[in-house]
Amino acid sequence: MHDSRAIPGPASTTTTQVATADHEVHNPALLHHFADAQQQKNAASLGMWLFLVTEIMFFGGMFCAYLIYRLAHFNAFAAGSQQLDIKMGAINTAVLIVSSVTVVLAVKAAEVGKRKLLTGYLVVTVLLGMTFLVVKGFEYKEKFEKHHVPGPSFNFTDKFDDNGKQIPVNSKEAELFFSLYFAMTGMHALHMIIGCGLFGTLAVLAWKGHYAPSYFTPIENAGLYWHLVDIIWIYLFPLLYLISRHS
Amino acid sequence: MAEHEDTTHVEHEHTTHSQIFYIAIGVALLILTATTAAVAFVNLGPLNPVVALLIATIKAALVVIFFMHVKGASEKLTSAVVVSGFFFLAILLTLSLADYLTRSWR
Repeated sequence: MHDSRAIPGPASTTTTQVATADHEVHNPALLHHFADAQQQKNAASLGMWLFLVTEIMFFGGMFCAYLIYRLAHFNAFAAGSQQLDIKMGAINTAVLIVSSVTVVLAVKAAEVGKRKLLTGYLVVTVLLGMTFLVVKGFEYKEKFEKHHVPGPSFNFTDKFDDNGKQIPVNSKEAELFFSLYFAMTGMHALHMIIGCGLFGTLAVLAWKGHYAPSYFTPIENAGLYWHLVDIIWIYLFPLLYLISRHS
Repeated sequence: MAEHEDTTHVEHEHTTHSQIFYIAIGVALLILTATTAAVAFVNLGPLNPVVALLIATIKAALVVIFFMHVKGASEKLTSAVVVSGFFFLAILLTLSLADYLTRSWR
C-alpha cells in the first residue's frame, strides 16, 4: 500500500512538529500533486473502484459460464450441486459476514484514531479469513476422497431420487460442474489468501501507528476489497450449493 | 470540489455509522443467510433459485450500501465507475442468457 505517505507514529513526533511549523495545517500524508487531502482520497477511492470493477467482470465471466452450462446440462449440474455440503457453505458465509463487520468496524476505529482497537479488528479479520480457508480446505478434502475432483480419477456415481429410483447422470457433464466449482471457489479462495496477507500487513502497520484520522485510505480501500470478496461468496453460496437441491 | 477545504476536517466528510448500526446490519445478514439455507430444503419448484438469488441480492445490496459506503462517496466519477461496472455485468448476463434461455423456443 502507500507506506511512504504514512503519518509518522508517536516515536517520530519531531517530523510532525517540523511539518506543522512549515504550514499551518500541513498533512504529512498529502502528496504535493493533490490540491487537498479530500482530492487525494477521492483519487485513491476511484482507482480502487476501477480495480473492483475489473474484478466484478472477471468473476462475472465465470458466473455467466456457470449459468450457461447449468442450462445446457441441468441434470448433471443439479446432481453435482447436491453433493456439496450446505452446512459447511452456510458456516463459511456466516464467517465471511462477521469478517465484513470487523472490517467496517476497523475502518470506523481508524476514523476516530483508536490504534489498538483498529489493530485488533484487523487481526480478527485475518483470523476469520483463515477460518474460512480451513473450512474450505475440509470441503476440498471431502471432494478428493469422493473422487469428485476433475481429472483422470474423477468418478461420479448416478444419483437417486426420493423413491430410491436411479437417475442416470452423464459423468462428463458432472465433471464440468466440478471444474466450474473448483475454478470459482478456488479463485475466490485465492482472493481470500491475498486478503489475509493484505490485512496482516495492515495490522502490523496499524500497530506501528501508520494511520491516523487524517490518513487511513489503505484501511478503507483494503476494506472495499474484502467486502467485494464477501459479495462474490454471497452469490457463489446460493448458485453452487442451494438452488439445485430439488431439481 | 471546493479548493480551499480545511485538510484537517477530511475525516468528518466521511459518512460512517455507529458501531451498533454496523453490528445490526451484520445480524440482518446472518439472519438472511440462515433463511436462505433453510429455504433451500423446502421444495418451492422453480421458485427455489428465484428466492435464493433474491436473498443474495438483498445481502449484496446491504454490504454495498452500508459497508462499502457508496452513499457517502462524494465523487460523482466514482459513482459512475461503480454503476458502469454493474451495468456491463448486466449486459454480459442478460444478452448471454437471452440467447441460451430462448434456444428451446423454436
